[in-house]
Amino acid sequence: MSVLIFSLFIFVLACFIGFELISKVPPTLHTPLMSGANAISGITIVGALIVAGSLGEEMGKWIGFAAIILATINVVGGFMVTDRMLEMFKKKEDDK
Amino acid sequence: MISELLPESIAAFLPDTIQLIYLIATAFFIRGLKLLNSPATARKGNQLAAIGMLIGVVVTLFDQQIVSFELIVAGVVIGGLIGLVLAKKVEMTAMPELVAVFNGFGGAASALVAWGEFARTTDVLGFEATVLVTTGLSIFIGAITFTGSFVAFGKLKGFISGNAITFPGLNFINIGSMIGVLVLIGIFTYDPTNMTIFWVIMGVSLLIGITSVIPIGGADMPVVISLLNSYSGIAASMAGFVLGNNLLIVSGALVGAAGLILTQIMCKAMNRSLFNVIFGSFGGDGGSSGGGGATGDKSVNETSAEDLAIQIAYASKVVIVPGYGLAVAQAQHVVKEVATKLEQKGVQVKYGIHPVAGRMPGHMNVLLAEADVPYDLLYDMDQINPEFASTDVVMIIGANDVVNPMAKTSPGSPIYGMPILDVDEAKRTVVFKRSLSVGYAGIDNPLFYEQKNQMFFGDAKKSLQALNEALNEV
Repeated sequence: MSVLIFSLFIFVLACFIGFELISKVPPTLHTPLMSGANAISGITIVGALIVAGSLGEEMGKWIGFAAIILATINVVGGFMVTDRMLEMFKKKEDDK
Repeated sequence: MISELLPESIAAFLPDTIQLIYLIATAFFIRGLKLLNSPATARKGNQLAAIGMLIGVVVTLFDQQIVSFELIVAGVVIGGLIGLVLAKKVEMTAMPELVAVFNGFGGAASALVAWGEFARTTDVLGFEATVLVTTGLSIFIGAITFTGSFVAFGKLKGFISGNAITFPGLNFINIGSMIGVLVLIGIFTYDPTNMTIFWVIMGVSLLIGITSVIPIGGADMPVVISLLNSYSGIAASMAGFVLGNNLLIVSGALVGAAGLILTQIMCKAMNRSLFNVIFGSFGGDGGSSGGGGATGDKSVNETSAEDLAIQIAYASKVVIVPGYGLAVAQAQHVVKEVATKLEQKGVQVKYGIHPVAGRMPGHMNVLLAEADVPYDLLYDMDQINPEFASTDVVMIIGANDVVNPMAKTSPGSPIYGMPILDVDEAKRTVVFKRSLSVGYAGIDNPLFYEQKNQMFFGDAKKSLQALNEALNEV
């Protein structure tokens, strides 16, 4: 099995997991879920680290540097703002 | 490289170890998304996903390809600080804009990863065809996500007109350009040395992001952002194919699929099909004909703070229906105070939330949570609708179209078919509103003129403050 076929396998299976995971989410959580999923898409930071830190043409490394900045904003900002929102969701019993 | 610091015996197993730890990071993402499905566990879910991300980032630093760390440290510090400030400073009412901006950055990052990987290699002819195809696709999808998200941001912020800006044939131009870019990616795969084609792919993709979001109306922006979020996931996945990195492929696919489902759920809440949202401006303005007209000869009942205070204080059940007007007036805290006073008097208080209340689906829940309203008092449309018949007073604050009975009774109306809150089944309704003006859909609301409806005119916050005072006297 070639690497591409293997990668396609896990890509398609991961898509199905993604569909299953989200299909029953209540409307209350739509906004936090959107920003949380958005933060996870910042996973591209892993690729950015490799591009910026590896050997090669200077140009490519600087492009990778820009990618690190943007991806980190997405990751750090996304997870933090989602946490800020979810922190406010309280049950009645928890009221002081 | 960091791996040189490790004993040779361990370093030999490093590539496989990294992959296994990537698998653990993936498990954190899946578990995190799962926990995000319930308000009780959502915060933990988000934290798990963040831990997964941290694991992924840290273990990547051990990758033997990585030899220099100056740019990495600088980039993470700069990006981290910007992200931190944005996340801390943002007002909860501006959440849709912030999500749009973050999403645009994510898409751009994926496009840059693919571009950077291509640019740092001297021997582009050594690339496999699959790498070149996915490089093209990353740039294509990432660039659309980038400019599309920023147009959505501009529309939400009001820099760009929230109206659907379009002209005949724009959809055909967009679809044509997308096919054109895909063909160019094919040509690029055959001849990766031709940089002109590369630049055209990038330039046209950036343009498509603009021209495909511009024709979509401001009210549909949350759906668009959710869809673009799905794209940014797919773009990350494609970048994963470029680098042969499974963590990127899997996580990107998870977000891509989740974003698509979320988009569908939101479309359903707004009673639109995804096709209708994206190509909705197709045959002109989709009809603003229904409604409007003779309001002058109809009379409304008015109420005052004192009068209303007595009504609700002696009711047994009160439902509050908040809309975007409440958020604009920043009145969510006063609402909470009024509700608390009522509860102390033994009145049962519930909140009925329409799926599209606020500026994005679920936004009103966040705003009320900010005012310390417990989430188990917030009821979805399907849960609250059967309860209106047994409700004494419904207070509709800053909402209009979502309680308009024309959605049920008038097939010619633009909102016909939209699911609404059946407030007219309650014994009495009170609408907090500045005037009798129309809502977002631009149509008159017959509810205002119902015999059992009362209008409480004025700014939502001031009216609620007056009501709050008046409750002390009852």
